[in-house]
Amino acid sequence: MRNLIVGLTLTAIFVLAALVSFLWTPYDVTVLEIANKLKPPTFSHWFGTDHFGRDIFSMIMVGARTSIAVAVVAVGIGMGLGVPLGLAAAARKGSFLDEVIMRGNDLIFAFPSLLIAILITAIFGPSAVNAIIAIGIFNIPVFARLTRGAAMSLWTHDYILAARVAGKGATRISVEHILPNVANLLIVQGTIQFSLGILAEAALSYVGLGAQPPTPSWGRMLADAQTLIALAPHVALFPGFAILFTVLGLNLAGDGIRDLLDPKLRVQR
Amino acid sequence: MTLLSIDKLSLSIRGTPILRGVSLSIGAGEILGVIGESGSGKSLTALSVLQLLPDGAACTGRITLMGQDVLTLTEQSLCAMRGRDVGMVFQEPMTALNPVQTIGAQVAETILIHEPNTTKSNARKRAEQALTRCELPQDRFPLSRYPHELSGGQRQRVVIAMAIALQPKLLIADEPTTALDVTTQAEILTLLTRLVREDGMGLMLISHDLAVVSNMAHRIAIMKDGQVVEAGNADLHRTMTHPYTKALFAASNHQPDRRVTPKEVPLLDVRGATRDYALPRKSLFGTPAKFRAVDAVSFQINKGESLGLVGESGCGKSTLTRAILGLETLQDGSVFLDGEPVGPNVLRKMQVVFQDPYASFNPRHKVRRLVAEPFHVLGRKATEAEVDEALTSVGLTPSDKHKYIHEFSGGQRQRIAIARALIIKPELIVLDEAVSALDVSIRAQILDLLAKLSNDFGLTYLFISHDLSVVRAITDRCLVMKAGKIVEEGKTEDLFNAPSHPYTQALIDAAPQLPIA
Amino acid sequence: MISLIVASLVIFACIEVIPGDPASFMLGINAQPDTVAALREELGLNASLSVRYLSWVTGMLSGDFGTSYTYRTPVAEIIAERLWLSLPLALIALGLTVFIAFPIGILAATKRGSWTDMSVMGATQLGIAVPNFWFAMLMVLLFAINLRWFSAGGFPGWDNPFAALKALTLPSIALALPQASILARVMRSALLDTLSEDYIRTCRAKGLTRRQALWRHALRNAMIPVLTIIGLQFSFLLAGAIIIENVFYLPGLGRLVFQAISQRDLIMVESVVFLLVFAVIIVNFAVDLAYAWVDPRLRARV
Repeated sequence: MRNLIVGLTLTAIFVLAALVSFLWTPYDVTVLEIANKLKPPTFSHWFGTDHFGRDIFSMIMVGARTSIAVAVVAVGIGMGLGVPLGLAAAARKGSFLDEVIMRGNDLIFAFPSLLIAILITAIFGPSAVNAIIAIGIFNIPVFARLTRGAAMSLWTHDYILAARVAGKGATRISVEHILPNVANLLIVQGTIQFSLGILAEAALSYVGLGAQPPTPSWGRMLADAQTLIALAPHVALFPGFAILFTVLGLNLAGDGIRDLLDPKLRVQR
Repeated sequence: MTLLSIDKLSLSIRGTPILRGVSLSIGAGEILGVIGESGSGKSLTALSVLQLLPDGAACTGRITLMGQDVLTLTEQSLCAMRGRDVGMVFQEPMTALNPVQTIGAQVAETILIHEPNTTKSNARKRAEQALTRCELPQDRFPLSRYPHELSGGQRQRVVIAMAIALQPKLLIADEPTTALDVTTQAEILTLLTRLVREDGMGLMLISHDLAVVSNMAHRIAIMKDGQVVEAGNADLHRTMTHPYTKALFAASNHQPDRRVTPKEVPLLDVRGATRDYALPRKSLFGTPAKFRAVDAVSFQINKGESLGLVGESGCGKSTLTRAILGLETLQDGSVFLDGEPVGPNVLRKMQVVFQDPYASFNPRHKVRRLVAEPFHVLGRKATEAEVDEALTSVGLTPSDKHKYIHEFSGGQRQRIAIARALIIKPELIVLDEAVSALDVSIRAQILDLLAKLSNDFGLTYLFISHDLSVVRAITDRCLVMKAGKIVEEGKTEDLFNAPSHPYTQALIDAAPQLPIA
Repeated sequence: MISLIVASLVIFACIEVIPGDPASFMLGINAQPDTVAALREELGLNASLSVRYLSWVTGMLSGDFGTSYTYRTPVAEIIAERLWLSLPLALIALGLTVFIAFPIGILAATKRGSWTDMSVMGATQLGIAVPNFWFAMLMVLLFAINLRWFSAGGFPGWDNPFAALKALTLPSIALALPQASILARVMRSALLDTLSEDYIRTCRAKGLTRRQALWRHALRNAMIPVLTIIGLQFSFLLAGAIIIENVFYLPGLGRLVFQAISQRDLIMVESVVFLLVFAVIIVNFAVDLAYAWVDPRLRARV
């Protein structure tokens, strides 16, 4: 319960920061004030300023938009494709379809999301959209496997046989009986993939494969800070803490939701 | 001499009282049968003796084992006592052994733990002896076998070998045969009796099954709601005074009142049904071997008849059931219901009740939706009146339809399962081990309900079970299945009184009989 | 094996088919038509797709990955040189991960619910949430810039193994920490799961103490989920190494691949990606073998 409260509070803070940033930020992040550069934290600039004199607090607020948007869409892609594939594979266990889906999953699993991103950027060039696609593709087998595993154990339950005796087909049973009973698991795994998505987005933009300037992003703020770390450590500290606390918040929320719904749920990390 | 005496033992787990003043005693060479339905506290009584209780459990009272007060022993002395002075055998042999260690290592461990100075080879030799005593001869079951290479009965023998390797004074067996087939059960019970006699051990035999215990126990204790309600000698069925004991004996011998004369019109007609399964392939290129689960099975059920199908696990009766329900495609043969080949269109004349009342319902739906599910085959929604009628006919109230399934007990759930089967007014109901998971008193109620429903609606039953006493009580005619084939068929009374096939004879001999008062 | 073939097809398709004409893509928009034609000739692009795929694959099998467009040297040589940094880095990190995670996971499981368990598990929550490259930067700030125990980056080469290992210390710790946190949690929950199995109760009834049951019986059974995670983690470590190399200016595969992307050296990207996928598939195979070693039920299948 404590996990859930702390986790949801942290998550809410960052989601709120992202939403508020559309309307208002303490300073305009597109205005460069070189004279004001690398100021340590003060009352006027809570988190200090960067090498262009931009307010780091404002940049973190705007950066939250990118992180959250990338992670949400990537989880959406993963769930949207992975869950139906997993349900279909479980409904036709051992069939050719199942085999194809599972082999396909193994194949994607052999490409860590970063490699997918490298391939995509090598072809289409770096952008936030490509980062989303890379992380999203990586999420598909995670959800497909999880759904298939959970669905397969449900298919052996007598109530599924009862539904078949009522003349219901595989699709209808999957939607009516299987999906509601794997929903808890998907919600918990979803929060974990969400947090992994934020970490992956930060890593991709750190190496320049994610969101491109001028879109602010936490990963690139850290990349910019790297050469300045001896001079102005605060430039590197605050975006890192932003990532740390968002991810921590989501993980705690995920654990909390799991404890609340069903402590025996098995999720994949 | 008293080996174990339990005196006014009370147990609570996190403040919830479980056992209340349990007193029992066992002497050397004596078999004490402890009988109770689920939740009576019989298993926890056994675990209290070993002090292997769940976290948060607190005991009061006295447990004296060979002069020592168990409740005052330190964890270290308890460890020295477990396995050396007391051996224990559990219910589920499939999970009771470590899957990644050989059986030899696991039996030898009992010896090595308590006698650290024993050499490895000596311990192995004694493990061999223990396994041989439990009828696992070394030429067929060497120490190097892994648990997954053995059947359930063989695994239970390994567990027993582990428990008796050091010839303890007391053996506790908690439902040791409940998970086993009836013939294996008889073998294990004989083995336990022999070991008790040879070693002069005391045996605490815990079971839900009166018949199992009455055949071999010297003394019997009946437990209910954490208390011993009555204790007595092996002839308890003659001396019993407590109403619960009487009810238990009555329920175990229950004969439901069924008065239907079947018509000479066949309803279900199974002709030469055959079903093969591909075994996992041994090599990458060889054709996978086949396993014939159902082998050219033919039989008929007449309208209004109750037909029993008896067989041990793995005989193919579940596959046959699924084939009859149209859930399994047959390689050969056909199944007709009322003249029509089985398929989605005939499901409106046939419904099913499964064994496990806990796995039979989607936990996310309310009873109304659960019960109304078969209406899918009719292509329309159930009316409120139909749902209410179905619930009322199984002894529930219409208001129960607004509840979720977890609000009901096992017996109530099985009533709901019957209501679900009944709601579209089918002609045939397939009862797949439908009362096997229930306590005897609940089982008697459900059997009565089934008899009443068949009297009222002229229902036809296909009653699949491994439990001979139940089949005998509720069926007109009976089939015996073994290794995919029907080996004997006949009127139930004739078949039980004069079985002709050797397998049927073995089954009936192995089934424990309750003494008649 | 099959997955390797499919993986190679996917990579080949991504690199050589999707962008249209690789030669003009590699040279950029302003290239002269005759330079493009010359490069097409050089890359062998005038042959049919299947011929090109086959020559790429057979080339790789014989150790010939082709010639880098930018460096004008065989790709295999450059990769081999860089691999000598990335592979040891990933392996050291894997070793560290296991070395940190096992004791912590076992400790937390044995003292379940205690203050030790809670604080250790709290620490792993933090460890999972830390982005490894940021953690690397903080370590550079502390150990290299402030304390001056390590150099902030660069690699002296394996001629001096001690110096080389020292240069890999901070990067491998940065890589290992988040993965070790994950593995410790998996270890703990796998142990707790096996400790509630029936056979552990059987062992206790035999007279084993809680501790003996854990070490002799639960641990080996708990290894099955733990091995799965270790297999997955190796691919994360390889990919993570690409990023961490950037923090420490290490001349490994990661730096190579980013340079290759910015210089549009497609052959190089293709080869590195294939090599990494190959490594992941090999590791998965090794994990399957390890399963069989742990679990006799799986031996028949391998």
